[in-house]
Amino acid sequence: MRERALWELLGPAILVALAATLGTAVSSAIQVYFINALVAVAMVGAIYVFVGNSGVLSFGHISFVAIGAWTAGVLTVPPDEKSGIMPNLFPFLLHASVGNLPSLLLAAAAGGVFALIVGLPLMRLSGLAASIATFGVLEITHNLLYFYDRIGPGSSAFSSVPETTGLLQAALGALAVVGVAFLYQRSRFGRMLRATREDPAAAQAVGVSVYRQRLLAFALSGALAGFAGALFIHLLPLTIQDMYLPLTLLTLAMLVVGGSSSLWGAVIGALAVSGLDSLFALAEGGMTIGAWQFALPSGTRIVAVSAVMALVLIVRPSGLTGGREFSLRALRRLALRMQRRGSTRYGPAEM
Amino acid sequence: MSFTWQTLVDAVGLGAIYALMAVGIGLVFGVLRLVNFAYGQLIMAGAFALAVASERGWSVWVGILLCFGVVIALSLVMEWVVFRPLRTERPAVMLVATFAVAFLMQSVALLWFGALGKTAASLAYLNLPIAIGHVDIRKITIVAIAVAALCLLALVLLLGRTNVGLHMRAAAMDFRTARALGVRANRVITAAVLVSGALAAVVAVMLTVQNPLVNTDFALRDTIIVLAGVVVGGMRKLSSATLGGFAIGFVSGFLGGALPTNQSQYLPSLLFGLVILVLLIRPGGLFARGRGQVERV
Repeated sequence: MRERALWELLGPAILVALAATLGTAVSSAIQVYFINALVAVAMVGAIYVFVGNSGVLSFGHISFVAIGAWTAGVLTVPPDEKSGIMPNLFPFLLHASVGNLPSLLLAAAAGGVFALIVGLPLMRLSGLAASIATFGVLEITHNLLYFYDRIGPGSSAFSSVPETTGLLQAALGALAVVGVAFLYQRSRFGRMLRATREDPAAAQAVGVSVYRQRLLAFALSGALAGFAGALFIHLLPLTIQDMYLPLTLLTLAMLVVGGSSSLWGAVIGALAVSGLDSLFALAEGGMTIGAWQFALPSGTRIVAVSAVMALVLIVRPSGLTGGREFSLRALRRLALRMQRRGSTRYGPAEM
Repeated sequence: MSFTWQTLVDAVGLGAIYALMAVGIGLVFGVLRLVNFAYGQLIMAGAFALAVASERGWSVWVGILLCFGVVIALSLVMEWVVFRPLRTERPAVMLVATFAVAFLMQSVALLWFGALGKTAASLAYLNLPIAIGHVDIRKITIVAIAVAALCLLALVLLLGRTNVGLHMRAAAMDFRTARALGVRANRVITAAVLVSGALAAVVAVMLTVQNPLVNTDFALRDTIIVLAGVVVGGMRKLSSATLGGFAIGFVSGFLGGALPTNQSQYLPSLLFGLVILVLLIRPGGLFARGRGQVERV
């Protein structure tokens, strides 16, 4: 039992490490895609902590990503460039400046506090009302960050943020999120929340407060999302439009495509969809496979990615992993099945 | 805040259009328990059909016919390819699937028509105002209110006086029992999707008059607002969902007209703040009668 629990962590962690190692072996133009994928793992892992464990769909998490990104961005733009990029900034923000690591932690704190405050009333809701209310949070945050330029660059791009999210920081960040998500889901709080997901009435009957457990997970997942947002803003200059509906769709789809009720599914989904997205991005730029050289028209990438996502949802609604955690036994079973299938195909016809 | 009759009339016009969208979303929700996020993209497709027709110089009626054809065909395809296989899935999966479909349609439109979009100008004359007393009312507002009233009347007749309507109401109340009593699931769902698609086409025509520039974001914002309105009104009954759609359209139009320009940029915040507030006070819906079996935790 102990060993199986350990593999729940090791499976996703090894996969993240593998992706990062693979990223060191390619040219820097392609490395960007690997960094992006690792940041996506951090975001989807953060969303998984709430959505996966509670079973409640949230459209609001990208607003925590945006809050984290804004916090880290405002605090790390060099002070002498601040007034140029953000002329209407509050004076106390104009002079505040912190290093890379503190900015990541402060972003996590900001995301967590914001999620806690938002969650206090919202976690009373469930079902569709909860989904629409979290959507409202996304709309409001987007609207305020877009127009209120005393706390950030408003509608223009967040330039001059130190680009510290290289392969190493992205990989470590993704691992940190995976680790926290694992610790949470093995903790008694995580177990209680999962119990409410499976059967709210039974969970309540044994004394679990659905509200309190959801709120805790919401705040924790908000903190992780803020952290992921900080990784994101340290990657490249972003605008608030980059943290709105498309990213909400993409991250939610990653989670559902992977299998929303397991950490393994979250990581697989994030890496698989990012991988697909990157492949098509490369193909749009023109690529050669064997003697076949081609370039897809720009825009095919979003078409292909959303088509594949819809397709996976239709063909396999419980996700690629079926919502199960990584385990060696399942891996062995899969290998066995593949072997057997191979032998019946090529072996003598016995049946 | 400045109050004028003008704002009020415009708000009613917007409310009428949103009410039709709410009916379209609510009908499908009734039989499928599915929130169709891609509804806005159906409207977008219809708007592009109108724009193509108007750029080719075809007559208005051909354009409208094309719009209806495209939207209804697309909604039937959506039903067959996406809704049908997912019918028994969790609501979260269905919602994310329609999300994906919405972005798929949007990106196909982007690939096809480009980022600049097209102009649907053939009905633009309806956007001109006529003066009634001291109030300038755009013709489209009157048309929108009249068309919405007609559509709702037709819908009431359809639901109340025909067999298909009876089946739809039965299915919305309890799908399994309805099936056991001889309601054909596929037929009832197809009928609901068909009516919902036709309403999307009507909305597409009216929205292009108000906003002739059709791009891939067309009707996206409206759909999000209507979805919120429908849930705020109460999804369990079509009438409360429709009222919710009208109410959010009215409030949105009214605030948009009444707020001074330097504050109207925060309209979405205000609107969704209100939505959250209402949901917290009445999670089952503003217009839903009784407290029902609303889960609260």
